[in-house]
Amino acid sequence: MLKVEEQQPVAFSLALIEKFNEIVSRYPEGKQKSALLPILHEVQAELGWLSVPAMDQVAAYLGLENIEVYEVASFYSMYFLSPQGKYVLEVCRTGPCCLVGAEKIMKHIEKTLGVKEKEVTPDGLFSWRGVECLAACGFGPVLQIGPEYTFYENLDEQKVDQLIQDLRNK
Amino acid sequence: MARKLLLEHINVPGIHTYDVYRQKGGYRAVEKALKMTPDEVVEEVKKSGLRGRGGAGFPTGMKWSFLAKPEGVPRYLVCNADESEPGTFKDRYLMTHIPHALIEGMIVSSFALGAKASYIYVRGEMMPQIRILERAIAEAKNAGFLGKNILGSGYDLELYVQPGGGAYICGEETALLESLEGKRGNPRIKPPFPAIAGLYGRPTVVNNVESIAATVPIINDGGEEYAKIGIGRSTGTKLISASGNLVKPGVYEIELGLPVEEFIYSDEYCGGIANGKRLKATVAGGSSVPILPANLTLKYANGEPRLMSYESLSEGGFATGTMMGSGGFIAFDEDQCIVRNTWNFARFYSHESCGQCSPCREGTGWMEKVLHRIEHGQGKLSDIDLLVDVSKKIEGNTICPLGDAAAWPVASAIRHFRDEFEWHVKEPVKSQQQNYGLANYAVPIAKAEVTI
Repeated sequence: MLKVEEQQPVAFSLALIEKFNEIVSRYPEGKQKSALLPILHEVQAELGWLSVPAMDQVAAYLGLENIEVYEVASFYSMYFLSPQGKYVLEVCRTGPCCLVGAEKIMKHIEKTLGVKEKEVTPDGLFSWRGVECLAACGFGPVLQIGPEYTFYENLDEQKVDQLIQDLRNK
Repeated sequence: MARKLLLEHINVPGIHTYDVYRQKGGYRAVEKALKMTPDEVVEEVKKSGLRGRGGAGFPTGMKWSFLAKPEGVPRYLVCNADESEPGTFKDRYLMTHIPHALIEGMIVSSFALGAKASYIYVRGEMMPQIRILERAIAEAKNAGFLGKNILGSGYDLELYVQPGGGAYICGEETALLESLEGKRGNPRIKPPFPAIAGLYGRPTVVNNVESIAATVPIINDGGEEYAKIGIGRSTGTKLISASGNLVKPGVYEIELGLPVEEFIYSDEYCGGIANGKRLKATVAGGSSVPILPANLTLKYANGEPRLMSYESLSEGGFATGTMMGSGGFIAFDEDQCIVRNTWNFARFYSHESCGQCSPCREGTGWMEKVLHRIEHGQGKLSDIDLLVDVSKKIEGNTICPLGDAAAWPVASAIRHFRDEFEWHVKEPVKSQQQNYGLANYAVPIAKAEVTI
């Protein structure tokens, strides 16, 4: 975990602010706090994770206390509060996927990438973690990769190898 | 061939686009509804007998009729597309392939309720589906079915898609509303119910994706026609998500009342158990409902065949029955370990507990730890009763049903598979190397002698 004083200040691009404005327009006057979750997704898509300076900026933009942003960012599992690999492989680890081999897939990813769950590969390209049910149980094992949350279904070891190879070559 | 109301056109190329959906009769329900009064639309939904498809099974029309309508106060329709119940993936499927079915249902339902702005709260991981819905909304707006003065009726509606942040608890309707307000997903204490004070404290109806989509055939054909499908108080069709060790896992639209045996084994549906194995157990309605051994899945304790309906699946209560839930049907073959799966589900609920109520926050963590040690050969026989004890102390003692949902899978696994748990304790080494197997879980139940 990066200490807060070591985290770089951030400035949001004009395009991002315009996106924020569009999101805020979806809610009634004075209810801009509703924009918090979608805005955090936008920020994470741009920066890869949610640093304290980034969250403080969001709070300032929405007119919220900083703590209102921290408590939301730390509650929901999709928001990263520390830097991740460029590609985060999120493998479903819940019952139905385990019935069709999810545990084997996670072991294979761990071996192939050479890092434990939630660690980042030395080249900064990958990290991985088990996540709870992704609502794709009939197509398991599955994994997703943000920020677009592209889905990879009916996985086996060969498909995982191919996927990692393709991402390395990207 | 069973009737299909939601997935009839699923294989039509381009059905995700407005043009093709419209050619196939799409948006007729909006045209029809806007010529009716909102109360007439509510009446049709009541007549249909439609029950909430998200899990609770509460009659949709009745839920609508509870909505408070004070003069000059906005009211909201919020669609619950936070599909997260393990074993359930029907809403993702519908939104991916026929997004306009949901959009059309949202327009019809919003009109019935008098909502001028409605939100579809989609779980954040479904970013591709969020993009699909946004595109579909833009298309519908372009065609004049959204925005100001829809089809010259004087009715205005804006539709927005809201992403969640990854939290099972937000499938609970008041947690969802908290989340939609930009807060942590902590369920609210009820009353007041959302129908009185929901989103932003305004009267609000929260409905599941499938329930909202079902209003389209209900308006097109009339509520009475819809109610003719199905059995008893389980009217209409239901999307079933089938997963686990099946030949053909996937999403199936069934007429309620289909025999469970036919659903599992017929080629029209799941095609039997994969790899020539035998069925050991099922979870019929998503991870929260009681697990049943194969024999009680197929038949009641008296030997009568069990059907896919709200009443039939819960026949026998929790002693020998289960629940329809969200229709997440998970099949376990003879090689699966019930203890390991129960531990897996317990970990899920422990991870997803919002932490608000002590029995759930602490109890789910305890159950996970105790199950972990039984599964890994370090359990004691007394642990089994300890689990039952913890589950009872969670059940009914929490603000929202997540506590019950966490307690039931553990309690039911021990109820029906106690010998497998005991075997793990008594055979700590062997249980690490092999599975308990099918045991007598599939022994067919003989039809009871009828005595008068």
